Amino acid sequence: MITRPAHEMAAAMDSGEITSVELTQAHLDRISEVDAQVHAFLHVDTEGALTQAKAVDDARARGEKVGPLAGVPLALKDVIVQNGIPTTAGSKILEGWRPPYDATVVTKMKNAGIVILGKTNMDEFAMGSSTENSAYGPTHNPWDLTRIPGGSGGGSSASLAAFQAPLAIGTDTGGSIRQPAAVTGTVGVKPTYGGVSRYGLIAFSSSLDQAGPCARTVLDAALLHEVIAGHDVHDATSIDAPVPQVVHAARNGDVKGMKIGVVKELNGDGYQAGVRSRFEESLELLAKAGAEIVEVSCPNFEYALAAYYLIAPSECSSNLARFDAMRYGIRIGDADGASAESVMNLTREVGFGREVKRRIILGTYALSSGYFDAYYGSAQKVRTLIMQDFNNAFTHADVLVSPTCPTTAFKIGEKANDPLAMYLNDIATIPVNMAGIGGMSLPCGLAPEDGLPVGFQVMAPAMQDQRMYSVGAALEASLLTQWGAPLLSQIPALAVAK
Amino acid sequence: MGRTSAFTDSSIGGGKVSLTYEDVIAKYEPVLGLEVHVELNTHSKMFCGCSTIFGGEPNTQTCPVCLGMPGALPVVNEKAIESSILIGLALNCSIAPFSRFSRKNYFYPDMPKNFQISQYDEPICVNGYLDVEIDTDEGVKKFRVEIERVHMEEDTGKSLHVGGATGRIHGADYSLLDYNRAGIPLVEIVTKIVPGTGKYAPEVAKAYVAELRDILRSLGVSDVRMEQGSLRCDANVSLRLIGAQTLGTRSETKNVNSLRSVERAVRGEMIRHAELLNRGERVVQETRHFQEESGLTRSGRSKEQAEDYRYFPEPDLVPVAPDAAWIETLRATLPEQPTLRRKRLQAEWSVPDKEMAAMINADALDIVESTVKLGADPTRARGWWLGEISRIANEQNVTIADLKITPTDVAEIVALVLQGDLTDKLARQVVEGVIAGEGTPASVIESRGLKVVSDESALMAAIERAIAAQPETAEKIRNGHIPAAGALIGAVMKETKGQADAARVRELLLGHLGQSVD
Amino acid sequence: MSTLSRSDVAHLARLARIDMTDPELDSLASELDVILEAVARVQEVATDDILPTSHPLPLRNVARPDVVTPSLSPKDALSGAPASEDQRFRVPQILGEEA
Repeated sequence: MITRPAHEMAAAMDSGEITSVELTQAHLDRISEVDAQVHAFLHVDTEGALTQAKAVDDARARGEKVGPLAGVPLALKDVIVQNGIPTTAGSKILEGWRPPYDATVVTKMKNAGIVILGKTNMDEFAMGSSTENSAYGPTHNPWDLTRIPGGSGGGSSASLAAFQAPLAIGTDTGGSIRQPAAVTGTVGVKPTYGGVSRYGLIAFSSSLDQAGPCARTVLDAALLHEVIAGHDVHDATSIDAPVPQVVHAARNGDVKGMKIGVVKELNGDGYQAGVRSRFEESLELLAKAGAEIVEVSCPNFEYALAAYYLIAPSECSSNLARFDAMRYGIRIGDADGASAESVMNLTREVGFGREVKRRIILGTYALSSGYFDAYYGSAQKVRTLIMQDFNNAFTHADVLVSPTCPTTAFKIGEKANDPLAMYLNDIATIPVNMAGIGGMSLPCGLAPEDGLPVGFQVMAPAMQDQRMYSVGAALEASLLTQWGAPLLSQIPALAVAK
Repeated sequence: MGRTSAFTDSSIGGGKVSLTYEDVIAKYEPVLGLEVHVELNTHSKMFCGCSTIFGGEPNTQTCPVCLGMPGALPVVNEKAIESSILIGLALNCSIAPFSRFSRKNYFYPDMPKNFQISQYDEPICVNGYLDVEIDTDEGVKKFRVEIERVHMEEDTGKSLHVGGATGRIHGADYSLLDYNRAGIPLVEIVTKIVPGTGKYAPEVAKAYVAELRDILRSLGVSDVRMEQGSLRCDANVSLRLIGAQTLGTRSETKNVNSLRSVERAVRGEMIRHAELLNRGERVVQETRHFQEESGLTRSGRSKEQAEDYRYFPEPDLVPVAPDAAWIETLRATLPEQPTLRRKRLQAEWSVPDKEMAAMINADALDIVESTVKLGADPTRARGWWLGEISRIANEQNVTIADLKITPTDVAEIVALVLQGDLTDKLARQVVEGVIAGEGTPASVIESRGLKVVSDESALMAAIERAIAAQPETAEKIRNGHIPAAGALIGAVMKETKGQADAARVRELLLGHLGQSVD
Repeated sequence: MSTLSRSDVAHLARLARIDMTDPELDSLASELDVILEAVARVQEVATDDILPTSHPLPLRNVARPDVVTPSLSPKDALSGAPASEDQRFRVPQILGEEA
């Protein structure tokens, strides 16, 4: 049962084949069997999950109408606060903190009867592409435990690939949902900015951050998308408009007559051969399904990475200022005679990891007087140019596509000492965040040279998220026909600890 | 050697050697700049739904947003935006068609996010002015204070310093933080530099803050209580030699919390600067703290290391772009300007200038107006509020508005006196009773038995007894020595415990002794 | 070309309230040099005629009504405090300006 898609699990509960308590227990068992190797979870809320599951079972037993994902377990990225549950954002500085409130997405999931199993590992404060920057140790890719599961949401994607959870929540600032999905052979969607509330999402870069669904199928992602999306009065940047019809689109998977634009600049030099070949094959399948493939050019995308590494650090330098040892989190150096300032300085030195400090300092520099215009100001202009590129491209195509990442999963430790090489991983995912539009990654096969999953990215205009699901579902269906079974059926079995 | 400073050497030699204010203004021209922070009186905070009520138990009015918890997001209070626009309109400002919030980044434990959401280069209102009048020996003088900007921001929490000396920050062992105040909406009103006030700079500063306070109160956007910190003034002062073009270095005196202190602080800083300049020393650009007791300022942090606040647009909030229709709707609600209103009321009530000034000084205008609206004669209403009631308020060290007596009570008392049911003396006792919490005027009259004795047979009986007790006095009156009547009237008043109408007693007594009343 | 010196980074670290050792400042200075050289590319296309975009959404005037909503209980508000006393957050002595 744990390898099935979430919507099938829900159907099994509806038909009485299984209860949510049984299903939840099966996943909890799986976590305790394999998580020593994968390390997808930072905290497992056994008791809370079973209580929630029991409540859903009771509601079903009473004949109450429950949501389409009621009783289905889910793994929550540790950057999202959940009342009373330890929340660290992968950082030592928040060790032991239990938030006194729920994020809006958590409230929505609880209302929908989704069972939250626990909190998943991530790069500290979502800064990274490998989950190696977690203060609590790296997560391992279930396809190859010596490799990274992507980042920052590596715990969420790994938990899906390891069948520890059928659904997960991620957050995506520069690719943190899509890149982990790509390298673990799972589906991840970054909705349009403002489509899902950010209230309760520990901010990395406020103008780029967006929470979204992670799943093993496009339809599951759509069902979860619909649960968490919608206007929120607690988030001033939340869009007050109906949620795009993503479930409808995912069920139909219709691309007939759709124009699909291949972004010239996001394919070519620097992209692994196997990534390119799987991407090309997918284009052919989409063409066969009735889509028209066109080429579009976005010349300013080559500046996106540079602009991102100014904007995100600038915002993070301010967002992370609140971690100062005064109101929550750890406090270091509070000896007799110590000043608040020295305690702040010491706590932040000890509590933040290297990458986080690097970005805080970079952002502090980019915002400082005398450099603001040259760095932050220029980056904002590049943002304008990227949005213009997208606007132009969307006059030629309904959606844009590219490989999600230039390469398949790299080895743990391989790029740990080369920040720039690490940053290059996000080259294809970042433009979407800069423009605030939607992006999806879904598996399109294994690279022949290393047998590792390749991700296919679909990008849609703001608030046209359903288009990604149409394309994603169409491609997924064609691939399934070709493969005969989901890609994840090819994943090597993990040793099971008893 | 130059002159020694009164502030550093006042204890040496037993006598003060100091520049006089006249010395200062003979040589220097002061340039003012005033920054006023106003706490808006919205029900909820600037960016969250926590209550703004003053004086709650610590940390009872806090939530994830105003505690700066991870994940929490601000959402602007619409009323705060409207109040800010109203302030801008009342100060003759342009309302910006596009305005934004920015983050002002600096670390301080009373600021939960370690940045303040404020407005930087795109404030909500710009370029206004406020005309103020001051009374001088040369007659009433009018000054125009130009407003540079009005912007919105959030207040900080409050720290309590424990250990060390008397709650001061220096020498404290640790501090305790209460974030009830964190996130209360603030509006900052910044003037352009104000030159040309000459020797009247301290009075102009005071008059500006007073006028601003009146406007804010008439707009109903703030409690404007300086003693509670809902209106706080920072006074920037610099001096330049008379005729000089370039500005001198300014000092910034923080949190001056009464009108009188505004005047004292400006005057004190002018003298301090002049002494430094006369000695050939530099004025340091720094923050100074006003000392209420001494009227002097104490050095705060020098700004030699300029802060780098790294302002950038607040990404959690969207721009405020009020359209013309919204602005005009708000403009239509603007109340009468306080200066115009004062002039109108003074004419309507025929109040002499001096009394009018006293009424304004005592903050009694609103309360007197309410009393008059309830039917009381303006002169009598004013007489009660500025006389007996003010006296009691002074005794108790509160304002007249804090007392338990209302305009309705006073209007009722005035009416009773007019009808002859109360004498002025009795009325004073009623006022005292109402203030003491004994209830309405009617119930005080009832419980204290303060009704005027109007039963003439009772009065006549008392008069007879007085005559019997002092036959010689009565004889003098019969013989035409009218002034002697006072002793007998006094005796009657004493017997009736003051509840008789003395004029009527006199009438009856003189008639009884065969004398004409006049 | 070296952009940042150790003392530049020390100044930034002080602004950001992070207590760094000299070796850490040095290694960060050289890393930031590399990164800054890469990100400075934005200046190639950021010409004067381009308006900056600070936010992807075209939203305006999002505000909430002035209505009081429940606060946290003081117990919850203080639940994460490293130290508290008398229902207040207890913090080490604050050096600096008197508020």
